[in-house]
Amino acid sequence: MDNLLLMLAPLFSSKLLLVLFFGTLFGLILGVLPGLGPTTGGALILPFTMTLDPLSAIVLLTSIYCAGTYGGAITAVLINTPGTPAAAATCLDGYPLAQKGEAGRALGMATVSSTVGGIFSVVILVFFAPILAQLAYEFGQPEYFALAIFGLTMLASIGEGSPIKNLIAGAFGILISTVGKDFMTSIDRFTFGINELTEGIGFIPVVVGLFAMSEMLTQSTLINQVFNRIALKAIKLPSKDDYKKTWKTILRSSGIGSFIGVLPAEGGTVASLIGYSEAKRFSKNPEEFGKGSIEGIAGAEAANNAATGGAMVPTLALGIPGSATTAVILTGLIIHGVRPGPDLFREQPDFLYGIFGAMLIANILFFIFGFFGAKIFARITLVPNKILWPMIFAVSVCGTYSLNQSIIDVWIMLFFGVLGFFMRRYGFSVVPVIIGLILGELVEGTLRQSLVIFDGNWLMFFTRPIALTFFILSLIALAFPLIRSRKFKKKQ
Amino acid sequence: MKNVQKSKRANKSLPFFFKDEFKVSFVIIFISLILLVTTFTFDIVPPILNRGIQPATFPKALLILIIAMTLIVYYLATKNPWKIEKKLPRSFFLTLFSFIIFVIVSKALDFFLAISALSIFVAYYWGEKRLFYLLLVGIIFPIIVFVFFETILGLRFPPGIITNIYYS
Repeated sequence: MDNLLLMLAPLFSSKLLLVLFFGTLFGLILGVLPGLGPTTGGALILPFTMTLDPLSAIVLLTSIYCAGTYGGAITAVLINTPGTPAAAATCLDGYPLAQKGEAGRALGMATVSSTVGGIFSVVILVFFAPILAQLAYEFGQPEYFALAIFGLTMLASIGEGSPIKNLIAGAFGILISTVGKDFMTSIDRFTFGINELTEGIGFIPVVVGLFAMSEMLTQSTLINQVFNRIALKAIKLPSKDDYKKTWKTILRSSGIGSFIGVLPAEGGTVASLIGYSEAKRFSKNPEEFGKGSIEGIAGAEAANNAATGGAMVPTLALGIPGSATTAVILTGLIIHGVRPGPDLFREQPDFLYGIFGAMLIANILFFIFGFFGAKIFARITLVPNKILWPMIFAVSVCGTYSLNQSIIDVWIMLFFGVLGFFMRRYGFSVVPVIIGLILGELVEGTLRQSLVIFDGNWLMFFTRPIALTFFILSLIALAFPLIRSRKFKKKQ
Repeated sequence: MKNVQKSKRANKSLPFFFKDEFKVSFVIIFISLILLVTTFTFDIVPPILNRGIQPATFPKALLILIIAMTLIVYYLATKNPWKIEKKLPRSFFLTLFSFIIFVIVSKALDFFLAISALSIFVAYYWGEKRLFYLLLVGIIFPIIVFVFFETILGLRFPPGIITNIYYS
């Protein structure tokens, strides 16, 4: 009961409500704009959160996360381009349905299923995050090492790119985290005599570079591309028939999305793809999928929004990001001096339940904004890239500079922008780099501390049941894409 | 589908060192090897003080892992070649060039001027010819962002010809 009251706290704070309002609005705009999204937006707004108290800052980031994930559906339905990668599966049926003159119905279903998925996942978050945090008390350094390895091996199946390329990108992310002074011995590594690098490479320059700047370079190759936009009159709430057809799909996808979200490193993209394919598998009319199936939209959208709450579970309970955006939220927590983990649940329940409550409200808010304002948000995509991207560049540069007031950070951002462009061009996803970077310190730190505890005996890792379980799960995570591709080849 | 097959065939007909999969793998392995060599220059903790592994061991292991995985990627690519990517258009190289100009101008002249110059340059080459919009993205918007960051975050931008005038 106390926790429920704590969850309602944001409703009674005008400041938090304002932050929620702004965050949801901003998240929707970011979600609608192809190439941007909650990850880039969160990274760009991170410096501004320094002017806020920790709770308001994280509420802002989480509301951007929830609304941004939904916002991608608007562009997916109207211009067949996912606003966010998580909305890719929504294009498959959203756009064909809009082509049939039912854009309002498609967006209505996307809005309702996203809201249900989002709220479902917050409930999962409220129940499971404290349990996981309680379990985390059993974790020592070896267990955290094994868990981080599990998180990294999950990168093999994040959906974008080939598994091995994802693992290379993840290893590269960890490698970036080793730049600077070694935390145990203060020995310089990969600093090449540059003083600014002794503190290491910051998270924000890498994220903004890999997401925003690489996207700017991608957009520079598409300046002559013309989108076929479908006009939207108004969003229509789903009919009784639509509800009858889709309620099971929405619930199933909400469950799938929440579960996928909880897995370290997996996010909305994988969740929506699995949600979509499961919706097709269970559907009475699978032949309609890809041609404007309302179940397809429900399956994908419920799953990707359900992943938001799910992804917050390991982020808050263990300090392991559940997705690229939660990696930004995790950085926000660290910047504001909040250490995620079991102690957070014991010492600051008001803070945590405030976040849970804010996520719940954000899901309701984006429903209202989406329902009444989708037409306006759809117009945002009319802003030409030749105006939009120079503006994003200015904000990215100032935002990156502002954290450490370092011009080197800006150059690092540009470097990662170019690198990110070529990575994406040759099929390497940039998300694993972010996850690797954020987990890098944890992996190396726990490994080295464990080896000190074990007196250098590596085999001791396998004598600890929890660590061993995570290693076995890691092997399964590595084998899963192989099995999946073999099955796929057999089917073909 | 036919196009993909065509491009795959085209890819097969190229000498191996012209193929994307070779070039990408080569670059990754080459850089990894340079970094691997660099790890041998890291200071070593004397055995009496050393607890656990040396600071260079972890990056070394990572780099070897990256090289090994890249070799696997290349091996798989020889069996199933990557599709040939379209040639990059001029606008890409101009945008990339504007990044370089930004670095030079921000270091040598002024941070604000660099943002302004890049914004105008990119907007123009991406097709914006209307003066008002060029001024909007190149001057008005950067000023708003500058003032916003300066007042809200109390940020002090690096000195330069324009920034110095503003601060004085």
